[in-house]
Amino acid sequence: MTLVQIKNLKKSYFRDSLEIPVLTDIDLEIPEGAFLALMGPSGSGKTTLLNLLAGIDRPTSGDVVVAGENISKMSEAELARWRSRHIGLVFQFYNLMPVLTAYENVELPLLLTKLSKGERKKHVETSLSIVGLADRMDHYPRQLSGGQEQRVAIARAIVSDPSLILADEPTGDLDKNSAEEIMTLLSRLNAEFKKTIVIVTHDPRAAEKAHTIRHLDKGELG
Amino acid sequence: MFVIKLIIRNAFRHKLRTFLTILGLALAVMAFGLIRTFITAWYSGADAAAPDRLATRSAVSIIFPLPLAYKEQIEKIDGVEEVTYANWFGGIYVDPQNFFANFAVDPPTFFKIYPEYLVKPEYMEAFNRERNAAIVGTKLADRFSWKIGDQVNLIGTIYPGDWPFVIRGLYTGKDETIDETAFMFRWDYLDETMRQTMPGRAGQVGWYVIKISDPNRASEISDKIDSRFDNSLAETLTETEKAFQLSFVQMAGTIIAGLQIISGLIIGVILLVLANTMAMSARERIPEYAYLKTIGFRSFHLVGLVGGESLFIAGLGAVSGLIFLYLVSKPIAIAVATFFPVFKPQPVTLILAICAAAVVGVAAAIFPVTRAVRMKIIEGLRVVE
Repeated sequence: MTLVQIKNLKKSYFRDSLEIPVLTDIDLEIPEGAFLALMGPSGSGKTTLLNLLAGIDRPTSGDVVVAGENISKMSEAELARWRSRHIGLVFQFYNLMPVLTAYENVELPLLLTKLSKGERKKHVETSLSIVGLADRMDHYPRQLSGGQEQRVAIARAIVSDPSLILADEPTGDLDKNSAEEIMTLLSRLNAEFKKTIVIVTHDPRAAEKAHTIRHLDKGELG
Repeated sequence: MFVIKLIIRNAFRHKLRTFLTILGLALAVMAFGLIRTFITAWYSGADAAAPDRLATRSAVSIIFPLPLAYKEQIEKIDGVEEVTYANWFGGIYVDPQNFFANFAVDPPTFFKIYPEYLVKPEYMEAFNRERNAAIVGTKLADRFSWKIGDQVNLIGTIYPGDWPFVIRGLYTGKDETIDETAFMFRWDYLDETMRQTMPGRAGQVGWYVIKISDPNRASEISDKIDSRFDNSLAETLTETEKAFQLSFVQMAGTIIAGLQIISGLIIGVILLVLANTMAMSARERIPEYAYLKTIGFRSFHLVGLVGGESLFIAGLGAVSGLIFLYLVSKPIAIAVATFFPVFKPQPVTLILAICAAAVVGVAAAIFPVTRAVRMKIIEGLRVVE
């Protein structure tokens, strides 16, 4: 079953009257449970495509349909609600809140839901257990290694049980061993928990873990 | 709850910066409070004035005396209940630096018209009995360690000579707004001495204070008094006691206006200090705000986070500043007691300081809030901390 359907997607940036095309005529289908790696040189449009999938950027034309909903037509408020239900995001630099503990960081996406405190606790503890950090709940990001920080970020991405996990260079700031751990964890989430994952990476070793690799070059999907 | 927790933790993320900001705010609030307290102290005499008392002085200037004979004529005017009079003596005790207010007053009437000066009956009796008796405020007596029975010599300036007095009584104010640093002695002692040494200056009073039956008739009675002495050698100007007191305060009007401008500038300084901190904080947290937006936090959440932090820091600064103000105002009150008998931060000063801090807290958050709300998620996420 198709989870993501991208049709005739075009994205351009405008500098004054000059149009700078970033993505041209992208068509892509991502089935549920897929593990897709998007590769390509810098400036090829990988991150832009990921942002469009996440609903944090808008296409110039074309449609992005995720789980049957066309997000290109949604208002900002609708997009914000949609993201909180369907998307788990992982970033290269983790984007954890330094003043919150690992537990509190993971709890963040649940604060806007109607879950009770007890239910939130259960979800957070489960997520942190999945990423192997149940014993680091009360640690602040500064007390964790880079790999551990990224695992907290992954726990935060999965805590609301999203339809789609999107990771932008998740190993870009990590050493080889930590990068290996993170990719193994993402593979496990895909294999054991049937999560649909799309990662953007430069790293061929990281991309190897994905089931499908697609290359972007000059805004065109190969 | 989460927002409050995040506000508090964010506020202390850079402890030194926040501490210095709060200290800066506290010192500014304290300075603001001190200036407002000085201004209030300046006006305290006027504020303590009774609405049912009028003051009559020479129409030319307060420095010109009025004849004692006016008393009887004023007493006859409809609506006048009691009349007393006084002279500014301007005596020096040992050294000109030991300044305090000293007046010659009419014993039978003065304390009747000024019931806010509380004098024990035995002191009053002694004051009425002895020609060179004096009644002094308790704060003044404490200042010079004077006791009942002590002889105090004042050196006359307006009325030349060496003037011996005996302290026969102390007075206290009925509340803390009443000046307790004045020195009062009998007007007849002054007059008799003048009659012997400078007869031309006898039988003259500095000003009259008139108790009226109805404060609503103050204007009408004032007009009647002044018209009674129209075209005389000593025309009068009668006004409410408050206006009379304000005429002295307004002599220092430029200084007060200057102080008010400075207190306004201090608010500006507070605003800049806090706005700088908030702008730095918000800039550093752009990726965090972008992430919060990504997971569904809305603009009003960011307004709450940034605005709340600004108000929290402003509030801490204001509270610390007011504590400092109370700590320093006591020693300052002692040091300036001669010039400002009632030097104490008033509730209105505290309310003004808190309001100013709240306004500053909101104003300092406007720029960073606008930035956080308008920021596009992808631009925010691109910023590397």
